[in-house]
Amino acid sequence: MAIDNETVKKVAFLSRLRVENDKIEATKEEFNKILTWIEELNEINTDEVEPLIAVNDLSLRMRPDNVTAGHCREAILKNAPAAEYDYFAVPKVVE
Amino acid sequence: MMQEITKLTIAEALSGLQKKDFTAVELTEAYLTNMAQGKHYNAYITECTDVALVQAKNADERYASGKARALEGIPLGIKDLFCTKDIRTTAASHILDNFIPPYESTVTQHLLDDGAVFLGKLNLDEFAMGGSNETSYFGPVINPWSKDKPLVPGGSSGGSAAAVAAHMCAGSTGTDTGGSIREPAAFCGVTGIKPTYGRCSRYGIIAFASSLDQAGPIAQDVRDCALLLNSMAGFDEKDSTSCNIPVPDYTAFLGKDIKGLVVGLPKEYRPEGLNAEIAAYWDKAAEMLKARGAIVKEISLPHTKYALATYYVLAPAEASSNLARYDGVRYGYRAKAEGEHLDELYIRTRTEGFGKEVRRRIMIGTYVLSAGYYDAYYLKAQKMRRLIHQDFMEAFKQCDIILTPTSPITAFPIGDESMLLNPINMYLNDVFTVSINLAGLPAMSLPIGLAQNGLPLGMQLIGKPFDEGTIFKTAAALESDVKFERK
Repeated sequence: MAIDNETVKKVAFLSRLRVENDKIEATKEEFNKILTWIEELNEINTDEVEPLIAVNDLSLRMRPDNVTAGHCREAILKNAPAAEYDYFAVPKVVE
Repeated sequence: MMQEITKLTIAEALSGLQKKDFTAVELTEAYLTNMAQGKHYNAYITECTDVALVQAKNADERYASGKARALEGIPLGIKDLFCTKDIRTTAASHILDNFIPPYESTVTQHLLDDGAVFLGKLNLDEFAMGGSNETSYFGPVINPWSKDKPLVPGGSSGGSAAAVAAHMCAGSTGTDTGGSIREPAAFCGVTGIKPTYGRCSRYGIIAFASSLDQAGPIAQDVRDCALLLNSMAGFDEKDSTSCNIPVPDYTAFLGKDIKGLVVGLPKEYRPEGLNAEIAAYWDKAAEMLKARGAIVKEISLPHTKYALATYYVLAPAEASSNLARYDGVRYGYRAKAEGEHLDELYIRTRTEGFGKEVRRRIMIGTYVLSAGYYDAYYLKAQKMRRLIHQDFMEAFKQCDIILTPTSPITAFPIGDESMLLNPINMYLNDVFTVSINLAGLPAMSLPIGLAQNGLPLGMQLIGKPFDEGTIFKTAAALESDVKFERK
């Protein structure tokens, strides 16, 4: 399944990454090389195989619904690139 | 001048501290001197000299009052993927180069609770994505075994392995998603173990591929790895994939008899064109175990050939999801994008903040998870993962432990063109290590000798789930026969 320039642009946007116009062709070629390599997996028929999602026991533990951490707003906001009025601040998104 | 006391193993240093041959402050200062003299290796991203000296002073008080803990006063380096409270943690990425965690990872907390001293945060491939430490935002680490031209230390835990080899820490922490502890350990002539998935808590370790990531120690020898893993391992409520299984004292396995132990050699790990020196060392290691009464037999792991492609679907898929959190809003780097659309802020932040290999993997991962391609790539790879896992479970019906080389090559020069121009060439170095992560198994790399080019080679021992003990027992036997001459 070779991909085209449009797909590269689409995947870049889904990834929230920019691929400059003059890099799209090279990115596409690199992708296709990797995807062609990955397609060797199709040599094996897996129709009857269950996917493996986790190596250990699948059932997640339950715990009582208690607060285990909290009251640390200041610590959380300390790393924020911009914070105002005890909130994370972002560029204006609504006119 | 190398400080003499830094050549001691952790076990020897503990004994010296107990006997008051030297103090923890003296030991820490000796390592700090080595670090200052070894700056050209670029092994540390952040040094925490002041914190280390305070911790060392506390350790001396503990020794004086008879309250010393298991690793009291032992100076360690921490891979900069473990969150350390109030100490900058970067994942070797521009996007986190100003991040100061308000909390401590469980593994590093365990080490602190046992009295360890933290010298600093060690360099790695950006977000642990790489096999040569060349993708770090902070520049490559230089392998201490380099001669005429600088060689890579392996990756992603390149700083962790190089710092141990150059005696810039007594031991270190690493993480291993596809070989990131074992490959650098092999390239730098040191010992490292990736425990069973679920053995060490992942809480506070910056996530790469959550179903594969596992923490483990790198140290000068097998006993030191046992001492460190004793501290690092254990159940943790804060990691939903942590396993509630008792952790044995791994040092209790050292020196145990291996008579009757069945060692499997997978025939698929000897492909045509396997480096002859590596093949010869592999045979030699098998002979050494046989001479001690182990039974060596050929086994088969039929889907080995597909492990790399499976890994390079699953790991990027999980990475693309894990790295979606870096948006420039809550922490980390934010691009200047005033007055623009919020999406523009995300795109600029991520494009400027992530390096090339990380962007490549995010995009591959996004593609294989996207509508229309999910079944063909991601689901297919999850099915292949089951077959690879089954291979090992079948093999372990016939043997107790598996012996293979760690890597198909020795350390290569920094900036090697064939690796940089074609990412697949770099990925192929993981051929002997990725299957083990896909199957969630424990595996250790220990030095077996030097290749003709004078560079170290590693052997890998793979154990049954949660049977690190057998690995330690076998590795200790092999180590005492190999008598590898450390740096």
